[in-house]
Amino acid sequence: MHVFIDNKSGTPIYDQIYTQIKSQIINGSLKEDEMLPSIRGLAKDLRISFITTKHAYDELEKEGFLYTVPGKGCFVAPKNVELLREENLKKIESHMEQIAVLAASCNLTKEELIAMLDFCMEDKT
Amino acid sequence: MYALEIQNLQKKFGDFTLDVSFSLPKGCVMGLIGTNGAGKSTTIKLVLDMLNKDGGTVKLFGKDHKDDLASAKEDMGIVLDGMGFPVGFTPKYIGSLLKDIYKNWEQDTYRSLLEKFDIPYTKAWGELSTGMKMKLNLAVALSHRPKLLLLDEPTNGLDPFARDQVLDLLMEFTRNEEHSVLISSHIVSDLERICDYVTFLDKGRVLVSDEKDALLARYGGLQLSAEEYAALGDLSPVHLRESHNGVEAILLREDLPAGVTPLPVTVEELFVAMVKEAREE
Repeated sequence: MHVFIDNKSGTPIYDQIYTQIKSQIINGSLKEDEMLPSIRGLAKDLRISFITTKHAYDELEKEGFLYTVPGKGCFVAPKNVELLREENLKKIESHMEQIAVLAASCNLTKEELIAMLDFCMEDKT
Repeated sequence: MYALEIQNLQKKFGDFTLDVSFSLPKGCVMGLIGTNGAGKSTTIKLVLDMLNKDGGTVKLFGKDHKDDLASAKEDMGIVLDGMGFPVGFTPKYIGSLLKDIYKNWEQDTYRSLLEKFDIPYTKAWGELSTGMKMKLNLAVALSHRPKLLLLDEPTNGLDPFARDQVLDLLMEFTRNEEHSVLISSHIVSDLERICDYVTFLDKGRVLVSDEKDALLARYGGLQLSAEEYAALGDLSPVHLRESHNGVEAILLREDLPAGVTPLPVTVEELFVAMVKEAREE
């Protein structure tokens, strides 16, 4: 597992940890049932508050990405396909919102946007 | 379970009145952040009964601090501003003395900390630089297996490299969930990341004492033009700065109209804003 904290990004530290671990679970670089570093251990390595780290782990556990075995530690939960799909849909939606804002700012029409999307999809499919 | 509980701790010196309450949960790091003369050192000295309190209660590890201060001190590592040893004492001699004073003294830990901090073993206290003295005090504080560290401005007089070493040591120390730290400073950047809790102190009063993340999540910043700001309606910001350039405000997120996303604030910005607000009242 790799987590890097960017002090200058303006994103809360807990959010940075949460997002990075989650994306590593989603993209498969963190495997099912893999043990994560202990909360205090990670806090020490990143030199951040213990509560900040716990906050990120708690959030991931609440959303079903982690599970805790008392006395042992935190582990990556088995992949939940529905959950992953939901996550990705949410991401696409938020990107699209940004696209809509950007497109409006330079007067792109819906047709032009669709043409751009078609062009992007050609490579992928 | 709290390592330190302070309830309405009071002290009066002339026209300065201290009246503070806050609690440090076990296993956590609390930053006591205050302006110069806010009462940070006084609070720590009252906890250690080095000054007589005028009122209130202090509990160390769940027991009144005066009950058995000697044994509580065995479990505490203390660094105070201006604390020192007689000028002729060398780190070597200090170690041999403290070995007989602290029940849990660990000579190996002491030696390795001195090495880590590059403190000459046989140089007299009087000849050590300010930074060296501070690092020696820290080495002493950490060498008798303390459960609670009370550190008053421990990074004062240290260069950035040494400050970094101190932060490392503190993070190492708090890996153990029985270990707690109260660290006072006016250099907020040192504490911003590592603290679990923060307590803001100004003129003898606690402005706020809370979990750092929760506190930062409650407040947000705005940077807008004067017109945009006025359009948001009647807000009651903690802090407001108006210039030709526009408006900078720090305020409670819940006071903002829906749809307005504020910028995150730092501990330092929030501290300055709260001190200003308190002084305007």
